[in-house]
Amino acid sequence: MYEVNKTEPFWWGLFSLGGVVAALFVPIHIIMVGFLSAEAVGYHQMVALVGNPLIKLYLFTLVSLPLFHAAHRLRFALKDLGLKVAGGLLGVFLYGGAVFGTMVAAYIVATLP
Amino acid sequence: MSAKKITMRVTRYRPEQEDAPTEQAYELEFPDDWVVLDALNYIKDDVDGTLTFRWSCRMGICGSCGMMVNGEPKLTCAAFLRDYYPAEIRVEPLQYFPIIRDLVIDMTDFLHKLKAITPWIVRDEEKPLAEGEYLQTPAQLADYKQFSMCINCMLCYSACPVYGHEPEFIGPAAIALAHRYNLDSRDEGQEARQQVIASSEGIWDCTLVGECTEVCPKRVDPAMAIQRTKVATTTEWAKSMLMPWGKQ
Ligand code: SF4
Ligand code: FES
Repeated sequence: MYEVNKTEPFWWGLFSLGGVVAALFVPIHIIMVGFLSAEAVGYHQMVALVGNPLIKLYLFTLVSLPLFHAAHRLRFALKDLGLKVAGGLLGVFLYGGAVFGTMVAAYIVATLP
Repeated sequence: MSAKKITMRVTRYRPEQEDAPTEQAYELEFPDDWVVLDALNYIKDDVDGTLTFRWSCRMGICGSCGMMVNGEPKLTCAAFLRDYYPAEIRVEPLQYFPIIRDLVIDMTDFLHKLKAITPWIVRDEEKPLAEGEYLQTPAQLADYKQFSMCINCMLCYSACPVYGHEPEFIGPAAIALAHRYNLDSRDEGQEARQQVIASSEGIWDCTLVGECTEVCPKRVDPAMAIQRTKVATTTEWAKSMLMPWGKQ
């Protein structure tokens, strides 16, 4: 009668990882970039930094995972409000948005100097 | 101590004479140590013998006296009138369940869900009686004890907006009890339970509202049980993706 749901662990895993990134790394990032002295985060230092593939990966993760977190949370918030969209259309729309944002982030990060 | 006066507005539903539930007000004097259930019993004994409700132990053990008190799911044997006085008290049947009569709800749905998670110790093979009992250390007992405190009062279902919207949701108490048996060192029934609670109607329906844990009179913390099961299920899923050759 009951069947194991095979897709939810994927979305929930991304939601959960995204939550860690959003709660931990995003604030640290904001503090570092926003409050360091202007010289330390000057244009040339930044360009040198983002040339590093590890930093590229970091920036990509920093943008992508919280998008999935947001999509999942929003889906659940709408569900709590009683919104039922037939055939998982809501999921397609919200997770689709996160996938799109991830592709844009990948493109921008990849084409950085 | 002088008695105080309070008004109770109680849901009445007599299916043989009305199509929809109505409300009846009773005014009564109460001593300081009365709970809502005492007032209902007073009404039944001295004012109106037709009022129908469930109760048994009067001490938070049997789980049968749950009702909505001023819109909140409560054990009425633990809800003191003095905490509501001088305001009126509204007593309604537990929400999201069908009403059978007055304050009595139909709990068939919950009982089916409870049974679905096999809430007993499952063994692949029972060992012969002669080999003695299944021993357990205090630490192994502590692992699941909190989740074994559930008295099946269903307050958590009445508190859960997901259950309100989606009656198929297996719900807080049943998942907490599945967790309880999964954590028991003597149990081997995890796989069969996983089939039920890792379904769309199981843990994945939960949006982590947390009201179940708020209202639980036994501090079971169903929200934590659900959350932990989500983590464990996702970890297992990730492992099976990364290492498909591992155990199936
Ligand atoms: S988990 Fe708590 S609120 Fe829910 S049925 Fe059990 S004792 Fe009642
Ligand atoms: S009468 Fe038993 S729990 Fe209230």
